[in-house]
Amino acid sequence: MDLDLDAHLIDAAAAVADASDLDALAAVDAELLGRKSLLATVRSQLGDMEPDQRKETGRRVHEVRTEIERLVADRRVEVAAGARSVVLEAERLDLTEFDRGRRPGHRHVVTQTWERLEDLFVGMGYTVAEGPEIEDEWHNFGALNFPSDHPARDMYDTLYVDYGEPQSTLLRTHTSPVQIRVMEEQEPPIYSIMPGRVFRSDTADATHMPVFHQIEGLVVDRGITFGDLAGTLDAFTTAYFGSEFTSRLRPSYFPFTEPSAEFDIRRPDGSWLELAGCGMVHPQVLSACGLDPEEWSGFAFGFGLDRLALMRHGIDDLRELFRNDHRFLGQF
Amino acid sequence: MRVLLSWLRDFAPIEGDPEQVGDQLSDLGLAVEEVSMLGEGLDGIVVARVLGLRPHPDADRIQLVDVDAGDGEALQVCCGAFNMSVGDLVPLAPLGTVMPGGMEIARRKMRGEWSNGMLCASTEIGLGDDDDGIMLLDTEASPGAALTEALDLRSDVLYDLEVNPNRPDAMSVVGVARDLAARQGLPFAIPEPDVPESGDAAAGRVSVEILDPGLCGRFGLRILDGVSVGTSPRWLANRLNALGQRPINSVVDVSNYVMLELGQPNHTYDLARVAGGAFRIRRAADGEVIETLDGVERTLTAADGVIADGDDVAIGIAGIMGGANTEIDDGTTSVALEMAWWDPMTIATSARRLGLRSEASARFERGCDPGVVELAMRRFAELLAPAGATLAPDLVDARGNLPARETIRVRTDRVNAILGTDLGRDRIADVLQSIEFGAEPAGDDLDVDIPSFRPDSSTEIDVIEEVARVHGYSRIERTVPRSTLTGHLTPYQVDRRTVRSTMAGLGLDEVMPVPFLAPGDLEAAGLTSDGITVTNPLVAEESVMRASLRPGILKTLAYNASHRLTGLGIFEVGHVYRQPASEQPLPDEREYLAVALAGHGAGDAVAVWSALADALAARDYSLVAEAVPGLHPSRTARINVAGTPVGHVGEVDPGVLEAYGVAERVAWLEVDLDRLFDLPHGDRPYAGFSRYPSSDIDLAFEVDEGTPADAVGRCIRESAGELLVDLSLFDVYRGEAVGEGRRSLAFALRLQATDRTLTDVEVAELRQRCIEAVQGSLPATLRG
Repeated sequence: MDLDLDAHLIDAAAAVADASDLDALAAVDAELLGRKSLLATVRSQLGDMEPDQRKETGRRVHEVRTEIERLVADRRVEVAAGARSVVLEAERLDLTEFDRGRRPGHRHVVTQTWERLEDLFVGMGYTVAEGPEIEDEWHNFGALNFPSDHPARDMYDTLYVDYGEPQSTLLRTHTSPVQIRVMEEQEPPIYSIMPGRVFRSDTADATHMPVFHQIEGLVVDRGITFGDLAGTLDAFTTAYFGSEFTSRLRPSYFPFTEPSAEFDIRRPDGSWLELAGCGMVHPQVLSACGLDPEEWSGFAFGFGLDRLALMRHGIDDLRELFRNDHRFLGQF
Repeated sequence: MRVLLSWLRDFAPIEGDPEQVGDQLSDLGLAVEEVSMLGEGLDGIVVARVLGLRPHPDADRIQLVDVDAGDGEALQVCCGAFNMSVGDLVPLAPLGTVMPGGMEIARRKMRGEWSNGMLCASTEIGLGDDDDGIMLLDTEASPGAALTEALDLRSDVLYDLEVNPNRPDAMSVVGVARDLAARQGLPFAIPEPDVPESGDAAAGRVSVEILDPGLCGRFGLRILDGVSVGTSPRWLANRLNALGQRPINSVVDVSNYVMLELGQPNHTYDLARVAGGAFRIRRAADGEVIETLDGVERTLTAADGVIADGDDVAIGIAGIMGGANTEIDDGTTSVALEMAWWDPMTIATSARRLGLRSEASARFERGCDPGVVELAMRRFAELLAPAGATLAPDLVDARGNLPARETIRVRTDRVNAILGTDLGRDRIADVLQSIEFGAEPAGDDLDVDIPSFRPDSSTEIDVIEEVARVHGYSRIERTVPRSTLTGHLTPYQVDRRTVRSTMAGLGLDEVMPVPFLAPGDLEAAGLTSDGITVTNPLVAEESVMRASLRPGILKTLAYNASHRLTGLGIFEVGHVYRQPASEQPLPDEREYLAVALAGHGAGDAVAVWSALADALAARDYSLVAEAVPGLHPSRTARINVAGTPVGHVGEVDPGVLEAYGVAERVAWLEVDLDRLFDLPHGDRPYAGFSRYPSSDIDLAFEVDEGTPADAVGRCIRESAGELLVDLSLFDVYRGEAVGEGRRSLAFALRLQATDRTLTDVEVAELRQRCIEAVQGSLPATLRG
């Protein structure tokens, strides 16, 4: 009997190894371990044996059975893994075929610059104010200390619209009228920026457009000084351009600020770039907005927003921003 | 304004190298636009005489010039200019000369002919702006003489300054020198002209009457006798040249020289031609005609000022240009010299209207110095004296209205409060006195008198600016004020960012067309034609302000299509401008979103809208079919949010697309953001969801094409009530099985209770209720 069981185990191992899929393995499993298997038959005969032999044979049957069960289980893992790898291999993909898909849209490069500047000043404690693009003469000029027919108005090539009295309504030439609206509507302290679209009667070329964008800042509080203006613009320079850029103020003239200044930044190569006009809010402007210039003081500054966008991306023609060529839009 | 360093040094011993001086000028608010080193690099250049001119045998654009460079021999040079004649003296750069630009002149062949040097244009050697050809030299020097000696050229530095409109004083050499001397702490003085007086006094020979004192604040006259028109001395002509004034003749050159040096424009009359020697200052009559010095007949209005003679004939337009009738010529002997102060507004208006803006009008309209007249008159006479002119005794002077000049109290505390400085009273006084402002102590403060050459300065803040400017902006300590507020965007601005990021997330590109339209653009887009028009457009194509984003976007699609860029998905967020429904101070201006999907149908536009509504959490919206001009009549719906119309979704009318040259179908969405953001949206409250199992059922109804899917959906929603947690239209079928003009709409319903598992009986009841509701209220039948 012993010899039979040993031979059976060898045969069984071969049968299990031959089973190449799960169905075949299930059949082998039934044949070797089922009710009609050799082991079951031997086991049913144990009762007829002598006690010593029964004990020995019983133990041996159990060992063989355990061994076959282990072989079947191991083989099942092997077969299942093989089957899975066949399935997975059949699903193989060339992923480079798919590297062509879902293109996200792009916010306009002016919008991106606009929002970047907003975020920077919001971080410095500013709010963001906006106003109408078609303005009245008072907010665009009068309240900003431009007397009517003052030659300083010639600095702005104004486009007027046919609305109301002649020359009473215009396309705002700067975002400064929003400063007036903020001061009219809000008590100080004011820490605001005013981004927006502005208009000048300029023929389009690489550096001019009849439509462009500005961002202005206005601070009105107690004890605001020219030193605060210089420090704020310097902080802006570092935050926006990086610490390798520095800034300076040069005397200039605007009717609505005094002292007035041009704000230049110094690039790492040592060259200067004129970036903004700025100054202390003129007492007349504060008065025109109902604020007592002895109690409140403030500063204002204004940048060309488009130029910052051009600089950041090395775009050499302002007109590209408004041409809306898809090959341009998708780059930023 | 251009200034020469040597000229500045006539008034103050300016120190420093050219670059430092330039930086100081910029820091004073006289921004240096360009610095040129004059007379440098001219060392090798000599005077040469043209001996002969011959055509180049093999080239049309150059000729062969034989010149005598001093040795009497003919030297052949090839030259591209044709403006010289035999006998002319010209500048020659001989072989080996290194030009100011760094180029070395070498012997070379041009089309087979040797060129032994280069003849120079004035621009090539920094001696003028005349690019018309080779510089023709007006000199007594012989061929071979060094050019610098022949023309008395000295090395000098030329600054081109940008002068702000509030600084008329800096439109003169003395004004610039005064600022610079103050910055350098050096003495500044205008030398007294040394000019004797002789002949008959002016008082009996000329008279002045100011009939309109608002027009003319001061009118001074002096007489110069023995004037003969000749050429100016070389040094004077050189200075004028450097400052961009071409020398003309001795009288005109002195006139320009005095204006550039002292900032006082002036005019000369041939006294013999002024009737009665009378000068009457008045407004022009409407339609009054005068022939000006340039030979043009000009018609005046009452807004212009004129100088009229004893016969009341106009002999000059105030501050703009003299009349031809009193022009100086070779026969002139006695000259009446006018120096006046004109009302700046009048001059500005006249100059603009007549299109005659000149160096003189630019100074008058910014405000000249009425106090410099006497000095400038004598300076004029001094400069013309070498040509034989003598100055008659007496200044005949009349006054009109000049701006009042009051003493200004300047508070030391106020100066420091505005600037953020800690300057003492005396330091402030020193700064002001250095630019000739009077500053007398008044307690802790100062009483300041403004000099007559600073019309821009009339209030305390003006003086504070001067203190800052001369003290130096860069010396003011920089501080950053700490905002006491919390920085933030408004809810509107946050929503608008959501709109843009949602559109970009959907794969759409943001465009930014200009908001100007051509006449007819609005009509072509199916919109009404009452757009706001521009009074003074640059071009007719940009004369109408957009009342809708539609034309600009369609133009963008057409532009891109012309570059074979099709299938674009684009959006714009921007203002539109409309005539308001009722009278209001400004037009109706609002911000819109527009979306165009080229090559797509209306359904894709609806998908964009629903994504946007989801992003903004605009809970309660509906789409209602509506025919809108300019949009596809049977593929457009009005969008209502909380019952209020906010825009339209659908497709652009094919006729409009054709008008704009867009060949693709275009899905369209336009939303009035001002209105949308005002309606309930955002911050959706949390909706709990059930832990119990859900049941799914499908219902398909056959309806005619006139019954909106949305109506069926609403009916299901209403009758299913709270147990319906999800409803989707998952299939639309048209075909033979449902018949012509009809379709089948298949909805999937997910039913779920929050407190129990629904029984089969409950689900069946609810299903039946929905069927009955739909069939009962709509022309719909359950599809079996």
